[in-house]
Amino acid sequence: MEIGLAHYLTVAAILFTLGILGIFLNRKNVIIILMSVELMLLAVTLTLVAFSVALGDLVGQVFAMLVLTVAAAEAAIGLAILVVYFRNRGSIAVEDINLMKG
Amino acid sequence: MNELALSDLQTALPELWLAVAGMALLMLGVFTSNRATRLIVGLAILVFIVAGVLVNTGRAGTAFDGLIIDDTFGAFMKTLILIGSGLTLVMSLGYIRREGMERFEFPVLIVFATLGMFVMVSANDLMSLYIGLEMQSLALYVCAAFQRDSLRSTEAGLKYFVLGAVASGMLLYGASMVYGFTGTTSFTALAAELGNGSDISLGVVVGLVFIAAGLAFKVSAVPFHMWTPDVYEGAPSPVTAFFSIAPKVAAVALLIRVLTGPFGGLFAEWQQIVFLLAVASMLLGAFGAIAQTNIKRLMAYSSIGHVGYILVGLAAGTAEGINGIAIYLATYIAMGIGAWGCILAMRRQQRMVEDISDLAGLSRSNPGLAAAFAIFMFSMAGIPPLAGFFGKFYVFLAAVNAGLYTLAVIGVLTSAVGAFYYIRIVKVMYFDEAGDAFDRPVGRELSWVIGIAAAFTLLFFVYTGPVLDGADAASRSLGIVAGGEAQTAALE
Repeated sequence: MEIGLAHYLTVAAILFTLGILGIFLNRKNVIIILMSVELMLLAVTLTLVAFSVALGDLVGQVFAMLVLTVAAAEAAIGLAILVVYFRNRGSIAVEDINLMKG
Repeated sequence: MNELALSDLQTALPELWLAVAGMALLMLGVFTSNRATRLIVGLAILVFIVAGVLVNTGRAGTAFDGLIIDDTFGAFMKTLILIGSGLTLVMSLGYIRREGMERFEFPVLIVFATLGMFVMVSANDLMSLYIGLEMQSLALYVCAAFQRDSLRSTEAGLKYFVLGAVASGMLLYGASMVYGFTGTTSFTALAAELGNGSDISLGVVVGLVFIAAGLAFKVSAVPFHMWTPDVYEGAPSPVTAFFSIAPKVAAVALLIRVLTGPFGGLFAEWQQIVFLLAVASMLLGAFGAIAQTNIKRLMAYSSIGHVGYILVGLAAGTAEGINGIAIYLATYIAMGIGAWGCILAMRRQQRMVEDISDLAGLSRSNPGLAAAFAIFMFSMAGIPPLAGFFGKFYVFLAAVNAGLYTLAVIGVLTSAVGAFYYIRIVKVMYFDEAGDAFDRPVGRELSWVIGIAAAFTLLFFVYTGPVLDGADAASRSLGIVAGGEAQTAALE
């Protein structure tokens, strides 16, 4: 069986959905949320590269490169905020993030 | 592919200036380690003033192979952003000194966030859109968590980060879909590719929905508003003031540019989305605020409501609607800065107080502040002849002219509901039993900002010329050829 564009897109869509579900269904740990965010961004990268190859156009790969760079910066800032939060709260369980209602 | 030309650099001069100046301020801060925070805040304000001159004398056109665009619309929005960022920095001077936030990173982060907003406003490609949005968001996440010893501030930062990252992911997935099904990321090429919206593949529509959802999060439109009340309450007050002004202008400008530019042909599709967002935001903004006791949470719901009114103008899809939005944003900035200035003046025994009941009897202990606050509240409620009335008037007028009667009627009804909680604040200040007085003096910079904002709000109707002309030129420069009207007519 030939592995074509549709397969890549399906895998990326499944990864993206898993990322979103991971964020909204997870009730345990904030680190898992950060991992889910990464999963979403990587799904996007996969989509972009798959489209780029299928279209024979380099723009998608340039875009993917930018996404990777920004994802790294985002992870760094997310972890930094998590560290300051942990210092104040002493816990990173999702159900403990409830000081303000909503 | 074009070679990098000097003219590209000239077009991008305001952005380049902010980037270089921001890095220079960062270096200055590192070498003087917090002793020079006030100096850096002053220099940052100077940087904004210079950027304002560059924006308004700049060379129009596209640069870097069409990645960014500089036009009258961009210049108008950038000027508003600079006013918002600059005045928030001025207002925050007293706060950062008192609350132990005197660290040089704060003004530097504001400069970088402003740079991100500039790139958002001038984006002419999905890639520059994403880069600008992230540059702004990453700086704002850090700003929200800036008071790192405070649990509330760090919790606000964490919530903002997680939900912001989800929104960016959605936007990005939408961008990848649009790229895949059209083969381009450039707004100009997309507009040509999508044409008048006939036989569009489903993938593009899915991409448009994802992009709209991501941007709706950034403007905090219902149902993507969950973060707003918590982040507004938890973040340090000057940061919240900043959140509710400059980034909102940038996100609205970006939403306008994306929807009317590349996706102009899909008006019928996105009009429904914007319509629903507008109705839900206006309703939640009006009813959600009624039960609030914390003034910062109330302002969060108020800003959600304002976004709803702004989206009414966008749903019209005409140049007239964009004109209304530009006027709305200009007046919103003045009211917002003024109202936040008053909130920053709410201090008792050297501590910030945030409850609405703390305002009781303000008219006797500080009549000037109470009068200014009352002006901003009446203006936000949209009572003529204050500035806020004009924004609402032009937006609703555009909606009526585009045939969106339902939207205009809901808008008028919800602003009547909204008037209830704005006027309740005035009632608390003027007729309730007085509590302890707030600390005096309010602070020189803060009183100036409140005074100027109050004068603008109060006297806007006397001299509307510059704002109306600017908004008109800005909305014309987008080149919407009555697309909305024609298509609404064609649909019926």
